[in-house]
Amino acid sequence: MNEFLTATGQGMGNGAVYALLALGFVIIYKSMSVISFAQPAFMMSGAVLVSHLTGRIGFVAAVVVGTIAIALVALVVERVAIRPMVGKAVFVIAIITIGIDIVVRTVAGAFVGVNQLLLGDPWGLKVVTVGGVQLQERHIAAILAAAVVVTVLFLFFRYTRIGLAMRAASLDQEAAMAQGVSIGTVFAVSWALAGGLAALAGVFAASGNAFDQSLWMVALVALPVIILGGLDSLGGAVLGGLIIGIVESVVRTYHSTWFPFLDTNTGGIAPYIVMLLVLLVRPHGLFGTKEVERV
Amino acid sequence: MLGVTNLEVVYDDVVLALRGVSLEIPDGAIVALLGANGAGKSTVLRSLSGLLDVHNGKIRKGGVTLDGEPIGQLRPAALAKRGIKHVLEGRRIFKEMTVEENLRVGAHSAPRDVKENLGRVYDLFPRLVERKDGTAGYLSGGEQQMVAIGRALMSGPRFLLLDEPSLGLAPKIVAQIRDIVVEINRQGTGVLLVEQNATMALSIAHHGYVMETGRVVMDRPAADLLADDDVREFYLGLHTEGDEKQSFREVKHYRRRKRWAS
Repeated sequence: MNEFLTATGQGMGNGAVYALLALGFVIIYKSMSVISFAQPAFMMSGAVLVSHLTGRIGFVAAVVVGTIAIALVALVVERVAIRPMVGKAVFVIAIITIGIDIVVRTVAGAFVGVNQLLLGDPWGLKVVTVGGVQLQERHIAAILAAAVVVTVLFLFFRYTRIGLAMRAASLDQEAAMAQGVSIGTVFAVSWALAGGLAALAGVFAASGNAFDQSLWMVALVALPVIILGGLDSLGGAVLGGLIIGIVESVVRTYHSTWFPFLDTNTGGIAPYIVMLLVLLVRPHGLFGTKEVERV
Repeated sequence: MLGVTNLEVVYDDVVLALRGVSLEIPDGAIVALLGANGAGKSTVLRSLSGLLDVHNGKIRKGGVTLDGEPIGQLRPAALAKRGIKHVLEGRRIFKEMTVEENLRVGAHSAPRDVKENLGRVYDLFPRLVERKDGTAGYLSGGEQQMVAIGRALMSGPRFLLLDEPSLGLAPKIVAQIRDIVVEINRQGTGVLLVEQNATMALSIAHHGYVMETGRVVMDRPAADLLADDDVREFYLGLHTEGDEKQSFREVKHYRRRKRWAS
């Protein structure tokens, strides 16, 4: 039982990271009906930037500055590369985001080099034991941070003027424009939010251990998450993130008893098996709108 | 004064929707815009509110002016800020949001006066007060139209462009909507009313325009239009000679030219 709870706690920690990443995907999808494949790059840039800043200004300040800086980068990228393509086919924009991903990732990778980087986070691999259940501090931190971010986002979309405008634009773009909502602003804010979320996710994904250029692969798990939660559901992204995180971690813990004939990577493929099953059984995900277009 | 002069609008670079339309909406007046399907009424509204872009439409000639200043190239957000608000055909409320959230989105271009405008809208539509935390998509058609009109009023517009507010509503509700339009106008907002329900529109308008295939074919005070034989026959379904006696056979034989233009 303790082993299972330990796996669950670890899964929730990873799931919190996936949730942050998936929220970025969903926010961009809701505003422009495009899956932005640039998220992995922003995530890695966030971790790289924070690891370079930590030595100078301390970890907490580095996270704040790094998140804001990557949000600004995303804002600029949207303005330069995406805005001119508005009105073109969704597929075209999705391909452009892949290009952005490669460019940004290469630039960020240059700051990593061939070595591994240390994030400089205060948690490391320290473990807290609660009644026989082992929890890593960095997972607790990730869960708490994700909880705060999700609450703030929820309030943002519910009460602020621009948050309401973004929801309105995702429901009916023309009607939102008729109310004086500027669609350009909505796109810009959604990219900035997604960039900031990705950077924050990068910080927690990289914490605890050294990381290298392959960190961006963590962001790919966000795809099963948004398929499971529903492409256009913020709540689905959070819940889907946690579920995928837990599934991955539990399978990783028990793979030798459950799938002795497979090697050790079962945990890594579990999210994608969940994704395949969801696509077969319930293609719109747990909370997604049924008639959404898919790219 | 809001107006268009010799306006020519093309959709998709090929479909000529307006061929030289001129009309004006004086401050504080109700102007009715009548016409059959496809005459170009909605296109006129879109040119005024900047929403042509969404439908891949372009102003090719002529212009849109607000107090003599050309505003044809402005974006919808800028036009909303200048006090031109468009209530789209088919209500188009944000169904998954609550009534009050819908209204607050309407206040996007006037964030400072939200409280005051919210009070004004709730005074106009007491029905919405009870439903303010309910999901807007579950309201009845009439209530949804109230949300749509109220949403547009949330920025305190100078001109309100109404596209078929009576669409799909019961006659009793249509009468309510008509009274509301009169009340909105009495509070000082100029109204451009596009309607298929010509009786309703002309009964409250000060001035009326009749459009056909992209042109304005009649431009008279509303009272004159109401009295006009052709308008009575084509748009109001009334005949001048004794209606009672006319049999359907006579109606069939009764052929007149149904178009002014051409």
